[in-house]
Amino acid sequence: MLKRTPLFAAHQKLGGKLIEFGGWEMPVQYSSITDEHLCVRRSAGIFDICHMGEALVTGPGAEAFLNETLTNDVRKLTVGLGQYSQMCNERGGTIDDLYVYRIAPMEFLLIINASRIEIDVAWLQERICQSQHRSGVIFENASDRLGAVAIQGPRVVEFINQLFPGGALAGMTGVQASELKKNQIGAWPFSGQKVWVARTGYSGEDGYEVVAPASVIEEVWTKALALGHTVCIQPCGLGARDTLRTEVCYPLYGHELDENTSPIEAGVGFFVALDKGEFVGRTVLAEQKAKGATKKSIAFKMTGAAPPPRPGYPIFINGAKAGDVVSGTQSPSLNCGIGMGFVPPASAEVGSKIEIEIRGRKFPAEIVKKPIFRKA
Amino acid sequence: MSQVLPELKYAKSHEWVRITGDTATVGITDHAQHELTDVVFVELPVAGRTVKAGEACAVVESVKTASDIYSPVGGEIIEVNSAVSSNPALVNTEPYTGGWFYKIKLANQAEASALMDAASYKAQIGG
Repeated sequence: MLKRTPLFAAHQKLGGKLIEFGGWEMPVQYSSITDEHLCVRRSAGIFDICHMGEALVTGPGAEAFLNETLTNDVRKLTVGLGQYSQMCNERGGTIDDLYVYRIAPMEFLLIINASRIEIDVAWLQERICQSQHRSGVIFENASDRLGAVAIQGPRVVEFINQLFPGGALAGMTGVQASELKKNQIGAWPFSGQKVWVARTGYSGEDGYEVVAPASVIEEVWTKALALGHTVCIQPCGLGARDTLRTEVCYPLYGHELDENTSPIEAGVGFFVALDKGEFVGRTVLAEQKAKGATKKSIAFKMTGAAPPPRPGYPIFINGAKAGDVVSGTQSPSLNCGIGMGFVPPASAEVGSKIEIEIRGRKFPAEIVKKPIFRKA
Repeated sequence: MSQVLPELKYAKSHEWVRITGDTATVGITDHAQHELTDVVFVELPVAGRTVKAGEACAVVESVKTASDIYSPVGGEIIEVNSAVSSNPALVNTEPYTGGWFYKIKLANQAEASALMDAASYKAQIGG
């Protein structure tokens, strides 16, 4: 039985086309992936991300525990600030990639992937048991009681203060929603509940992510759609979410990252703070950073008329198989096939001509610098 | 609501067939293009290829997925629509006219007669 988010009825009412994703029944699109994608790049779109998991790590040992468990340095987070991070196993492989916010001096909110909730929760609980800080850490899997929506696009800032009026009551206390800077988070009262609003997203555009009790998430959704009407906001499905993040080369767990792929290999080593002291996976990650890994993530563009590249298609370099595509689609912004994949580091040079094999035929492509799409 | 033209024959897998003497023109229905949305690539068979009824012989790609197109009738492909290769959006905008896929010389007229009429196809798609 597939799980449904609190917005399921709203999706049906809007004519969303529903598919299975990570055990959830989610909208892949409402009108068309291309329309929704371009609407986010141009103006505004809203996404149901209630399927994503939320965990709260609280207490005097929370900071020290997270710093020995995650790759990034949470000590850098002041109250009201978030950062992207990975959580690795001892082999440097990635358990999950996530966002961590410090919402109070001793309270952290983690946003984790839908398909990884159970694994992450088990991993974190096990790590807490083994940690010397265990007596000072309280852990809660809040995934069921909290929902989330992403409101993304350059014109969202025009109506965000109407959705969440006044200054934040917690996090970035006193700051208006429109004044939040990238990665900052604040709490606003909404329909008698406390909701968290962060200036973050997965689209490569300006925008916000809202984490709210499941009981009010539909009201946030409905109100955002109504207020965003003036900028022609559109509800957007997972299809546009995937094309948007692929254009800007954000990793998707299960594609660019998995338990056998490190953040260094996936090209997100910037979020691995090797200088912060010991943490899970550090030995392997430090070695990969110093000596190089055995595979490297590349971004590519198809250079001629070709079917869209898809995950699993083989990558050929100089006529020999060099790796596989892990993400691929037709870019609505560039109107050509784009993707990411893994190849040996020696073959990963930007500008190299490669080929993608599609149904037995090879089509020309070129390794390009990340992100594949950058706004003019 | 999807358009179903009365003069065409239909396959369960959402292809349409227009029969003119011993040749047939094949494309995908308005309902099919609605379901696919955003057609970004069409791979057509080569002219001269002989296909059996039910054989996968073309591929339609939307942003999200690749879908096989099955020939509703058997015979020799005599012409393909190069306009749809260079402008795949024709499948969305003109599924029954400019968005046709190929013409085929029918190997067996009975296969064409066995296809669904407009009323049966309408019933299948719940329209």
